[in-house]
Amino acid sequence: MDIARISSDDQIQEILDWALAGGHSLSLQGNGSKAGIGRPVTADATLDLSGLTGVELYEHAELVMKAKAGTPISDIKALLDDGGQRLAFDPPDYGPLLGGEAGLGTLGGIFSCNLSGPSRIKAGSARDHLLGVSGFTGRGQTFQTGSRVMKNVTGYDLCKLVAGSYGTLVIATSLTFKVLPRPEKIRTLLLYGTTLEAAVPILRDGLSSMHDVAAATWLPSRIAAKSAIEYVSTPGASVLALKIEGPGPSVEFRCDAIRQMLAAYGKVEELHSHNSAEFWQFVGNVTAFSGVTTPVWKLSVPPANAVQILSRLEAETGEADFYLDWAGGLIWLQMAEDHTDGGAAQIRAALDGAGHATLIRGSVELRGNIEPFHPQPPAIRKLTERIKDAFDPENILNPGRMYPFSTSEGKT
Amino acid sequence: MLMPKPNQDVLAKRDYLVGELRKILRGPEAVIDDAADLRAFECDGLSAYRQLPMIAVLPSTVAEISEVLKFCAAEQVNVVPRGAGTSLSGGALPLADGVLLGLGKFNKILEIDYDNRCIVAQPGVTNLAITDAVRADGFYYAPDPSSQIACTIGGNVAENSGGVHCLKYGLTTHNLLGVEMVTMEGEIIRLGGKHLDAEGYDLLGVITGSEGLLGVITEVTVRILRSAEHISAQLIGFPSSEQAGECVGQIIAAGIIPAGMEMMDRYAIHAAEEFCHAGYPLDVAALLIVELDGPSVEIEYYSAEIEKIATRCGATVNRRSQNDEERHAFWAGRKAAFPAVGRISPDYMCMDGTIPRGQLPLVLARMTKLSKQYGLRVANVFHAGDGNLHPLILFDANKPGELEACEAFGADILRLCVEVGGVLTGEHGVGIEKRDLMGEMFSEDDLKQQQRLKCAFDPEGRLNPGKVFPILHRCAELGKMHVHNGELPFPNLPRF
Repeated sequence: MDIARISSDDQIQEILDWALAGGHSLSLQGNGSKAGIGRPVTADATLDLSGLTGVELYEHAELVMKAKAGTPISDIKALLDDGGQRLAFDPPDYGPLLGGEAGLGTLGGIFSCNLSGPSRIKAGSARDHLLGVSGFTGRGQTFQTGSRVMKNVTGYDLCKLVAGSYGTLVIATSLTFKVLPRPEKIRTLLLYGTTLEAAVPILRDGLSSMHDVAAATWLPSRIAAKSAIEYVSTPGASVLALKIEGPGPSVEFRCDAIRQMLAAYGKVEELHSHNSAEFWQFVGNVTAFSGVTTPVWKLSVPPANAVQILSRLEAETGEADFYLDWAGGLIWLQMAEDHTDGGAAQIRAALDGAGHATLIRGSVELRGNIEPFHPQPPAIRKLTERIKDAFDPENILNPGRMYPFSTSEGKT
Repeated sequence: MLMPKPNQDVLAKRDYLVGELRKILRGPEAVIDDAADLRAFECDGLSAYRQLPMIAVLPSTVAEISEVLKFCAAEQVNVVPRGAGTSLSGGALPLADGVLLGLGKFNKILEIDYDNRCIVAQPGVTNLAITDAVRADGFYYAPDPSSQIACTIGGNVAENSGGVHCLKYGLTTHNLLGVEMVTMEGEIIRLGGKHLDAEGYDLLGVITGSEGLLGVITEVTVRILRSAEHISAQLIGFPSSEQAGECVGQIIAAGIIPAGMEMMDRYAIHAAEEFCHAGYPLDVAALLIVELDGPSVEIEYYSAEIEKIATRCGATVNRRSQNDEERHAFWAGRKAAFPAVGRISPDYMCMDGTIPRGQLPLVLARMTKLSKQYGLRVANVFHAGDGNLHPLILFDANKPGELEACEAFGADILRLCVEVGGVLTGEHGVGIEKRDLMGEMFSEDDLKQQQRLKCAFDPEGRLNPGKVFPILHRCAELGKMHVHNGELPFPNLPRF
């Protein structure tokens, strides 16, 4: 397969013309750190966008940045950090989880896959921070949507479609996004030894309190033991964690209030800034499941259903490993090897129609055999196919990455 | 404003359509065909444009909506969905040959779910009723458009409504978890639910703000938040708009995201003060209202910071609300700015562009020039935190030519917004009002691409045609591919 390293938008136009004229398909990638998510793509050429880098606009007081798609997230974070700002949706780094290196993710990758970390529950998702996109459609035409301002309802919000479309609709070359101030202080309160059943209402109460909880997770003892932070790993107990951030005096006040709330349930400990940052990276990057190759699932569910779903899966008694993020709204699940479908049927049945389950890690064979993305009802599938057809009628962009299209409107 | 030509074939079978619709909708007064009764629907919040619908229907079940849409699709009849009709851009303006689909009977809150921190409501429930339903338990729904007493949650989804608190808490799209909707083909679909993030293409995301062109919303699930412990408002006056603008930029640059940050110019301050005696200083050129929420220790902390910044920027007035009553008074003037301006002028038109905030002095100066050029006065209220500008152009519709001059002035303001890197509309929607200006912001190719999305949901273009897009293309024509150049094996690219 040809790999074309792109360094300008003109080259993309040239390749699209070639692809459309000859019926060739293209696989899009940055540094390939998330290539293992979704169905395996067979394409005639790979479009490597990792050379398309650079920050085009950063207006600190307007909370906005624009950069080329191949710009490494680590560069963006460093630049924002210098300006006392950050990406509030906590972009995760699944590199090590998927068997690769850390720190390779690009801007285009994080938005195309719409991946967000533990702070998503309060700050919103990657897609919520995406303000504008320019690039090309699969029709070989330039494409521009959104803008650089925070509030914009002019025309359809196509940024939402780009986010989470895994490069199947457009080739995004440049992205404009919202940035936010980095809080002065971050603290994490840890509560030890709660059961899963007890944890979910406590997470809910934390999030429903006046104390502006920024992230909320629960780790069974088996997962907590894998943390590099002693406060988390050594007690040998489950760990419920709530993140509090903001200006110093406010954080102190709210930590005290939360501490009092948690004290009724057991022993409470507090992580300061450095350990907090490391802890939430461990949660967001799913570090606990890295180093092996067994299937890993991401379940987005109504938080109050988490306990029931896990009990249906017999997760606590079986071979699977799991933990909760987003106050129970996100279940990370690592399956044992002995499922031919990676556990797909069992997991999706356990959801009982509410939420969705995505295979985040799986072998090429598994990803080709099952639906890594949650199966769609027929009416939604029809709309999905028509939208794909509207943006990429010849199915040349990442063909089959999300769904195999097989009707008259989509193409296999 | 030109609307699509009414289809004579459809008008000719009006009686037949009424008869058939009465078979689908059996409730009393569910199908309205009397001209006097139809008058109630002839316009929305953009009252300069009026049109009687051919027929209005008021269904009371989702199944009825589905049947009505299937029937209209089969009969090739256009449909305009309508909530409370508070749109300021003409999004719910009826069509002469169209069925107006009113959702007023869908006015129930279906579920309050504290475990999942959300509310499930029918689309005709008002925005304020959502907050009212959970207020006693200490919760609220964050987006709060000024029309929140009347506007419906379904309409909020259609317009992606904002409000004064969206700087910190986001727009409708950031607070919406799920919808049930009916497509023009009559299919009932559910997008999202009580969980986070779409799987597959984010259809929920594109439905939000689609102005009734993609489907009819029949149920809405939104996130509710815990009310803050304390709320405080600060009134800061400046001798010039430039200084006020500078202060807003410095507050945000200092890492503070207030719950709300509003600005009014001299004209708006005077009109508001005269109208509701909010206690605004009258000797300033620009006034900021900065709202902070959270524990009092946080409010104290930020408030002190903001005071320092304001002083540095040349503020001549700086007052903090001492209690809720005073805070409400500070806001009363701002929230009444539109009616206040309405009192001093026979008519006014409210514009809604967003600009990069740093461009404010330039935009205000150019607007003053335009005001002289057109001979029409303009008052400005401004969601300063996020750059959303609401110039109110004062005119008298009874004076020949003033409406046209006002429209031309408004269009110039919106062009100016785009010219400085902003957009045509921040929260009111395109509707018919800004439809013909879309070309200022989008290329022909980009407008066609947006319409291809419309084709995916509504291939025959039956839902709310004539809104948002200046030129309507047939879906078959949009679907064609054009390939330029020939087979070029990208000879100029490095390979590995």
